[in-house]
Amino acid sequence: MKAKVYVTLKAGVLDPQGKAIQHSVELLGYEGIVDVRQGKYFEIALDGAANGESAREIAERMAREVLSNPVIEDYRVEIES
Amino acid sequence: MKFGVIVFPGSNCDHDAYHVISKHVGQPVSFIWHKETDLTDYDAVIIPGGFSYGDYLRAGALARFSPVMASVKQFAAEGRFVLGICNGFQILAEAGLLPGALIRNRDLHFICQHIHVRVETSDTPFTGELKRGRVLRLPVAHAEGNYVCDDATLAGLERENRIVFRYCDAAGNVTDAANPNGSRANIAGICNRERNVMGLMPHPERACEDLLGSSDGRDIFRSLTHTLAALA
Repeated sequence: MKAKVYVTLKAGVLDPQGKAIQHSVELLGYEGIVDVRQGKYFEIALDGAANGESAREIAERMAREVLSNPVIEDYRVEIES
Repeated sequence: MKFGVIVFPGSNCDHDAYHVISKHVGQPVSFIWHKETDLTDYDAVIIPGGFSYGDYLRAGALARFSPVMASVKQFAAEGRFVLGICNGFQILAEAGLLPGALIRNRDLHFICQHIHVRVETSDTPFTGELKRGRVLRLPVAHAEGNYVCDDATLAGLERENRIVFRYCDAAGNVTDAANPNGSRANIAGICNRERNVMGLMPHPERACEDLLGSSDGRDIFRSLTHTLAALA
């Protein structure tokens, strides 16, 4: 069982790293880039005891309490069996 | 009165804080390893600058789970004094003891220079000896000092007079050009509602000796000492 957690900056929170990446890819000639936002991605392996439901609960709690800062970030959890 | 300086793996301004308390404040001070939990001996604790846990995940994010932090929360709830400097401010924000968050500097650079801050209130245990409007010259050294918060939080900070320092120019004008990191409303330091917990990004402990370019930081420690002496 694997939990995938995506942490992204909330809309409206400045992302200077995303801006720098956007600037760089534009310098490389990529066109039509409207915005780049940088986030974080976590893969969490869970042992067999966790079924889909409890795995989601564990991953959601980790995302909320540790992996994201709710002041500036949102998170999304996906469970893969 | 007794001071404690908390030491996390990766703290690197702990000795500076210790030096200032022992030499300039002239009070007993001890290091507190982050696995300790007994703070009963202390009147004030300093969470020093550095790179606790290598700034992994987010600056200050992992330090907040150290055993000592539950005690610091309790310590603060009892009305005793907590001063977070630089990484210490980041840790206090992550721990929810101060509102908002500190994100990557606007220009992405690690900034290491002397800047100016304006004292916005004398009404804290840490600034009682500082006149409102006074300009202090202090060093900053950080990559994540860009203070962010939502509109409601900012309005609350302003209404409750909890913005303690703002970045300004040498004459005390709070301008965007004088904002080194993009912080909202030029915020360099804030306190909690009860005013016994303060966090700031600049390093007053590195500005207590003229030899180091400024001794403006001494009055912050002097203020705290006066507060503690008045309570004793």
